[in-house]
Amino acid sequence: MPIVADNISYAYNVGTSAESVALRGVSFTVERGEWVSVVGHTGSGKSTLAQHLNLLLTPRSGSVSIDGAEAKPGSGESRVARRRVGLVFQYPETQFFAETVRAEIEFAPSNWGVSGGALKACVDEAVSASGLDPALLESNPFALSGGQRRRVAIASVIAMRPDYLVLDEPTAGLDAAGIRELIQFLSGVRDAGLGVVQVTHDLRSALSYSDRILVLENGSRVVSGTPEFVARHIIDNPVRGLVIPPVVRFADALRKKGMNVPLICEVDEMVRAIGIYKERNKKCGS
Amino acid sequence: MRFMSAPSIGQFIPGESFIHGLDPRCKIVATVILMTGLFMASGIPDFLLWFCLLLLCSALSGIKLGVILRSGRPVLFLVLVTVVMNLLWTPGTELARLGPLRITREGVLLASSMGLRLLFLVIFAGMLMMTTSPMAFSDGLERIMSPLSLLRFPTSEMAMMMTIALRFIPTLFEETDRILKAQISRGADFESGGILRRARSFIPILVPLFVLVFQRAENLAVAMESRCYVPGARRSRMNPLKWRGRDSSALAGLALFVVFAIFCDRYLFKAILAWLAMR
Ligand SMILES: Nc1ncnc2c1ncn2[C@@H]1O[C@H](COP(=O)(O)OP(=O)(O)OP(=O)(O)O)[C@@H](O)[C@H]1O
Ligand SMILES: [Mg+2]
Repeated sequence: MPIVADNISYAYNVGTSAESVALRGVSFTVERGEWVSVVGHTGSGKSTLAQHLNLLLTPRSGSVSIDGAEAKPGSGESRVARRRVGLVFQYPETQFFAETVRAEIEFAPSNWGVSGGALKACVDEAVSASGLDPALLESNPFALSGGQRRRVAIASVIAMRPDYLVLDEPTAGLDAAGIRELIQFLSGVRDAGLGVVQVTHDLRSALSYSDRILVLENGSRVVSGTPEFVARHIIDNPVRGLVIPPVVRFADALRKKGMNVPLICEVDEMVRAIGIYKERNKKCGS
Repeated sequence: MRFMSAPSIGQFIPGESFIHGLDPRCKIVATVILMTGLFMASGIPDFLLWFCLLLLCSALSGIKLGVILRSGRPVLFLVLVTVVMNLLWTPGTELARLGPLRITREGVLLASSMGLRLLFLVIFAGMLMMTTSPMAFSDGLERIMSPLSLLRFPTSEMAMMMTIALRFIPTLFEETDRILKAQISRGADFESGGILRRARSFIPILVPLFVLVFQRAENLAVAMESRCYVPGARRSRMNPLKWRGRDSSALAGLALFVVFAIFCDRYLFKAILAWLAMR
């Protein structure tokens, strides 16, 4: 059962001089066990879309349904739906209020009436899944580093055991090692059967790791599909603010020269592919 | 769902109209004149005159009347309380009686003029803020208060404080909205439970907000110092205020209107009423 956003449009500040249209007829699906990336330049509507998946925003037209039921915001159901779709915000530190990391992580599950041993289990599970150092549980969330804060924020959302996890720019401000860990974490979450939506402007990680990609520009869908398909499309029709990673550009150039290497792969894979190609050519030539 | 929208009240609406183009000092003085005039207004017919002025303001500023009137919304409750209080507790000729409650002729008159006066006060103040950018406003205020600096009153610091405060109101609303959304998506519930529970449920909103405000304040202080801000130092201006002929004309016109309105209120309308009563 998926989250389906059907042809949704949204505008901020409707009816005032500052009205700005953020989404124009965007459709979007994410299944459980699937990792979808939403990419686009700054202001393309990614965060707005993410907030629709969690019913924080109501589309001006179009609809959002979660697991088959159309979600009516403002109803009691929307609270239930919200539990199933965990949303990690772009600036997670803006949500911290508790004195300890533990209390911060307990907040979401206890809002849904989880308590006692079950609550502790939720916290422990979330901490180990998000790669947070358990020694930090009793420290003050405001005293943590940026990367640790982000982990706390993620842990505080997955502690409510959602079926879908939507992350707005989760890699922002992380170092290379942090990004790698995060990607590992997200793969694990996906493999555990959750639907993952990663909002990012890092096309590289989106191409390498997600199952599907949605590209937004000015609130409209430019292209969506598998990483290969999307990469192909963007190479042929450049999108503002999205840079094709060098490896992919290199692979594309090789393919244009008739060399059969995969369009999307890591550097070592690429080297291997080129090696195989050369071997074969040598054999044919001799 | 709309959790927090930036207040439409008192927010600057950019434009290029006649009123937008007036000197901020002119608009501030004009508002003070208007408020004085309003305090002298008492009869319903007089408020009709004031309403005409509002129509004129709307035409001259290019802001729709509905938007201008909306700036009275935040005080609506206060107005209501004032009206009810005056309605019920003014002695005089009895019009209606409901148990121990007496509604008098004087009460009705007093209540309506008090309510209208309050509304108009706020709406005209809103008019000033809607047509004057916060920067221009504090600039104008600083210049108007500048004679006070001879008495060692820190006018430029006061103006700077006001500028900063005004500048950060929309930001605060945005941040509050962001925090609210983050907590709601973690299941925060502000609606159920008793008073104590509800009050407690605001902690997850207030704490991040305070932290944020202090952070902002500190960042701003550092940024200002790193750009050599010295409180009270003499600064030149990038856009010096210029008092033009139309500012003087606008003020003169307005003063005339206020005098006319007071005259009408005190003599003309009373005379007409008396004349009508005689027939
Ligand atoms: N609270 C708001 N009020 C008014 N306009 C907004 C608000 N939030 C976003 N917008 C506008 O909506 C559009 C889309 O914004 P959104 O935050 O969804 O972009 P984004 O793709 O997430 O950008 P970024 O990569 O910078 O996070 C932008 O033009 C923005 O100016
Ligand atoms: Mg965003």
